[in-house]
Amino acid sequence: MTVANPSYSNIKDTTPDKPKSPAGEVWDNLKRSRGGMIGIGLIIMHFVLVLIGPMITPVDPQLMDATVRREMPSAEHWMGTDNTGRDVFSRSLVGGRILITVSLIGTSMALAWGGFVGILLGFVGGRADDIIMRLVDAFLAIPWLLFLLLIVSVVGTEPWVQALTFGFFYGIPIIRVARAATHDYVTREFVQAARARGESKRTVVLRELLPNVMDVMLVEGAMRWSWMLLAFTSLSFLGFGVSPPAVDWGRMVAENRQIMALQPWATFGPIIMLSSLIIGINLFADALAKALGLDRSQGAPL
Amino acid sequence: MFGLILRRLMLAILTLIIVSIIVFLAVEALPGDMATAYLGRDATPESLANLQEEFGLNRPAVTRYFDWFGGVIQGDLGDSLVRRKPVTELIGNRLRNTVVLAVASSLIGIPLAIFLGVMTGLMRDRLPDIIISTISIFAMTLPEFVTGTILIFVFAIRLKWFPAITTVATDAKITELIPNIWLPIITLTLVMMAHILRLVRTSMIDVMVSDYINMARLKGVPAWRIVWRHALPNAMLPTINIVALTIAWLLGGVVIIEAVFNYPGIGTLMINGISDRDLALVQGIAIILATIYILVNLAADIATLLLNPRLRTAIAQG
Amino acid sequence: MSNLVDIKDLTIGYHTKYGRLVHVLRNVNLTIKKGETLGLVGESGCGKSTLGQAMMGFLRSGSKILSGSVNYDGINMFSLSPRELEALRGKRIALIPQNAGQSLTPTLRCGKQIEEALELNANITGQAAKDRVVELFTQVRLPSPEEMVSRYPHELSGGQQQRVAVAMALAGEPDMLVLDEPTTGLDVTTQAHILDLMRAIVDDLGTAMMYISHDLGVIARVSDRVAVMYAGEVVEDANVSQLFRSPSHPYARGLLESIPRLTLSGIPKSMPGQPPLPGTLSGCHFEPRCSFATDQCRTESPGLNDIQTDGKSHLVRCHHAEEISKQDFSQDLKAGVQQIVKTISEETALDLNGVDITYFNPDFVDRLLGKKEPPLTVSGVNLNVKRGETVALVGESGSGKSTIVRAISGLLPSKGGAIQFEDFDLTVSVDDRPMDLRKRIQMIFQNPDASLNPRQSVKELLDQPLKLYYPSMPASEREARMKELLQRVRLSERYLNRYPGQMSGGEKQRVAVARAFAADPEVVLCDEVTSALDVSVQAAVLDLLADLQKEHGTTYIFITHDLAVVRAFADRVAVLYQGRLCEVGTVEEIYSAPFHPYTETLLGAALEPNPDVAPKLIGGDTPESSPPAQGCPFQRRCPVRVGSICDEEMPAWQTPEGAVNHKIRCHIPVNELIQIQLEPA
Repeated sequence: MTVANPSYSNIKDTTPDKPKSPAGEVWDNLKRSRGGMIGIGLIIMHFVLVLIGPMITPVDPQLMDATVRREMPSAEHWMGTDNTGRDVFSRSLVGGRILITVSLIGTSMALAWGGFVGILLGFVGGRADDIIMRLVDAFLAIPWLLFLLLIVSVVGTEPWVQALTFGFFYGIPIIRVARAATHDYVTREFVQAARARGESKRTVVLRELLPNVMDVMLVEGAMRWSWMLLAFTSLSFLGFGVSPPAVDWGRMVAENRQIMALQPWATFGPIIMLSSLIIGINLFADALAKALGLDRSQGAPL
Repeated sequence: MFGLILRRLMLAILTLIIVSIIVFLAVEALPGDMATAYLGRDATPESLANLQEEFGLNRPAVTRYFDWFGGVIQGDLGDSLVRRKPVTELIGNRLRNTVVLAVASSLIGIPLAIFLGVMTGLMRDRLPDIIISTISIFAMTLPEFVTGTILIFVFAIRLKWFPAITTVATDAKITELIPNIWLPIITLTLVMMAHILRLVRTSMIDVMVSDYINMARLKGVPAWRIVWRHALPNAMLPTINIVALTIAWLLGGVVIIEAVFNYPGIGTLMINGISDRDLALVQGIAIILATIYILVNLAADIATLLLNPRLRTAIAQG
Repeated sequence: MSNLVDIKDLTIGYHTKYGRLVHVLRNVNLTIKKGETLGLVGESGCGKSTLGQAMMGFLRSGSKILSGSVNYDGINMFSLSPRELEALRGKRIALIPQNAGQSLTPTLRCGKQIEEALELNANITGQAAKDRVVELFTQVRLPSPEEMVSRYPHELSGGQQQRVAVAMALAGEPDMLVLDEPTTGLDVTTQAHILDLMRAIVDDLGTAMMYISHDLGVIARVSDRVAVMYAGEVVEDANVSQLFRSPSHPYARGLLESIPRLTLSGIPKSMPGQPPLPGTLSGCHFEPRCSFATDQCRTESPGLNDIQTDGKSHLVRCHHAEEISKQDFSQDLKAGVQQIVKTISEETALDLNGVDITYFNPDFVDRLLGKKEPPLTVSGVNLNVKRGETVALVGESGSGKSTIVRAISGLLPSKGGAIQFEDFDLTVSVDDRPMDLRKRIQMIFQNPDASLNPRQSVKELLDQPLKLYYPSMPASEREARMKELLQRVRLSERYLNRYPGQMSGGEKQRVAVARAFAADPEVVLCDEVTSALDVSVQAAVLDLLADLQKEHGTTYIFITHDLAVVRAFADRVAVLYQGRLCEVGTVEEIYSAPFHPYTETLLGAALEPNPDVAPKLIGGDTPESSPPAQGCPFQRRCPVRVGSICDEEMPAWQTPEGAVNHKIRCHIPVNELIQIQLEPA
């Protein structure tokens, strides 16, 4: 009664001399997720469009051709034309440029300041933590749209103003997330070990906490980004977004909705573009959470 | 005995006070003041001064804040100068309409979402789960105006089942209201369901891999009974807070749905108020919505405290 | 007598995410007779839990049976339909899980959960079921059973939860119980009481048991027969007394030798290496670690052969079993122990004087609601530690031993008293200490999984203290120093590039030790440093720490709940209960009369890996969650309470005649304490 199955008898446990780093393992996991790769593909496609969109539009997005108003899709106008005879396909290609730029800047700012304050509060705690968290709770109690509308009507709809507004406002919920994630790690023994060793607070935050809290922040950042896109286009839809002649998907939907019975593609164009971006981000965020092992609903692998 | 509940209550009141200050300051920051907005183009320096005198607008901000907040506590939200009516009167039926919309969607959406969440959680990674989960990702991540617009295209323009926009009067009876607003209800339901469904599913999966479910299996408990007696009560506990958060979140999203369907609710009123700088109105709506948010969360916190045996013990000891 | 359980040639495996087949169990053959208790022992990863689950007809998702069968009373468990399994489980064969706290449904009252088991497995419902629950709770010796029925699981202590789980298993009156590490994580006194209960139940009801544990002391206490597992195989299967008296597989021998014992001072022999994955070697799986190995062992996998000792069956999977069984084990055991030879200086390293610590930290709402301050977590601790000395802090969970160490390290502020290190006051937070002082006091934590940042490679982990304490040291010198440190903790340089997730528990703990010694510290605080490790690894880490101490004259404050480890490693012991000192003395003084009643309780409950030594159960085992407001801390559990004086007055320190440093804090005079031999409750 020796080895029953010969297929495993020669396997040896040989660990490589230079084992994979945790980041390498995460990327391996990510590569195995089909949804994640589709998401990354969609995001990259939109980035490319932001960069070279205006160069590849078949028709000038601003050109109003009165002879072809409300036309259904044709060889010349792939998605037809809108109420004033503008080419929907071309406009859809460039309608996300401001949106994506503003929201990316906004998300980075929000992550930076919200993350910084959150980690600091989680680490330091005490009276400052008590007071700031009360303020954060209060801010979160005010409906987000109302707040954005108020701010936008105070400070205007210039793209850079909006980037700042979103960057500030979306940092507030991130404080909460970063603080909770930090709390999770502050009591861990490796942080205690660093503190007992006498490492400076800076080192503890940067070397011990940040790399671990970063996981949570990355996933959170991706989610916040998609929510910020949502809010931005919603504002445009309501008429509080970028002002004409800049093209924006949200406003295109609002305008072209009126002729939806006659020319539905004028509405579908921007909807398809917007949806592909938001779904791409969400697929990526889900896959990233799984790859980082943050998504408990997937169960532990054996 | 009720230390923990008392604690939550005090924190809620504190939050409300801070909210009122933030709202007051934010509205203060709006350029132009009420008097200018009220008089419009006819404003002369004298009439402006008179009006400011009349409404006490030239008093210090702190005094005005206490006046305003004092009124709010007694249910008086002040007068809208633009619309020349008390704010409470303006909001009255509109708030009711929004609540009707939200409650109708919740009544359909929450039970359905919990049911589907439990089912998908149990059938994890099988076909029904994949289909429902995918749809819910779409419904959750797309902006409300996109979902609404797509539904209008399908159900109003193509199938012609429902009207595309609401044409009902603001003060219509609820019985008249409901048949006209199916499409906004469906839109709101979809968006809300997606959130709750995803989280119930996660919570269910978490519970189903726990030691006590394994133990129940090894104890010989039949499958349906494991779900009903051992898994569900535990999976539902985190759901209470999620439902509350979703409801609160809806209060923001409902504004857009109202705009899509031109529904006479508090959201369209708010957008109008911001457009024409009706400061008292905006302040009033903000404080009402924030109060609802705080109350819903407080209710969820207390419900969780009462339903979770662990926390209940903590209350009894605290 | 016929066999109740017959496991034949069982092989279980699963596929990794890379599609590789990994074995968990290989060709396992085992039988259990009616009413017999089989102890299944082995270190982590040996497949014993998988075997226990397979006994219940349960496999982890992804695992599958590759060959063989599990037969229970003639029925093959894996040929049954889910419905048939449901009918069998709980009724004929029941499980008592490792962590009862997590295995009881949190939203159901304890009584209801037992009623459910009764309804499903014994057809008892209604009032009869309610009565039976109380009866069962009485049988498992739960205090005030009528009251326990309406409690929720979290309202019970760990030991009580375990008793509820036992009651649940007994509800269906099964013929067989599978116990998966049921006492792991419980305090020693609780553990001893639960084992006593299990023995009584088996004697009473004639139930067969499969008792799974990594703890040979526990196995010796409960088993009739013992099976030792290694790398997914059964390597030795013998009667309990045969196994413990003359273990005949080199692994079983090594395992028994590596356990510290209450009766032996000095560090036990450790086993080198670590187990291979099951099924990865063509010869004997223990061969790489075996001192008896020959060429035959490398190429030929040994079978499980009967070598017959004392005329009884004794199965061993070893080519050299016959010769090994002839060597006298008790002699080997004594010879293997290595005495620590060292000199302790007269100079004081650390001096604790009347230290008070509290976790109470009210926020503004608490103050508004007027929350009362609970009794101090740690109070009035006096301790003088000499240079080069190892002082053990001993006590059950909640005894405040970790709290004291955290205060010394400066992670936790002390509320009162003084902690003196040379001229430095250590009651200040670590942030306010000069860098040189921080360097001289280092700490090693219990669980290396938690104390090593998973995001840093060994190189980064070791580089941090070097950079911190030697800011002017060039990178090349630091690297050389890292290699030297690894060598000193007996790891190769290759480990520099590894991350914590890529090392075994023992290797990680060595890295943690290396990190502490990177500072060249004078005082090292060790917080349960071996309790998360397997016994064979534990001996190696203790040995390492002893060597490092000899080289550097390091002072250790050593926290542990394991009295045998204390005996092996410490010079002096401080026994703590609820944050208050009960007894202080040298190891010899603590381990012999006169005892503080609490010390005696602890010592009585400790389990030796020897079936002939029975533990002595004294007093109750209900742990307390907070210290009493006044009086002796042990007042509520003390079996020899004098009277109300114990509740009101903190006893004074007494020193037995002839002793210098031995101190006992009890209202009973010392010379009476010597005469009191506490009787089992």
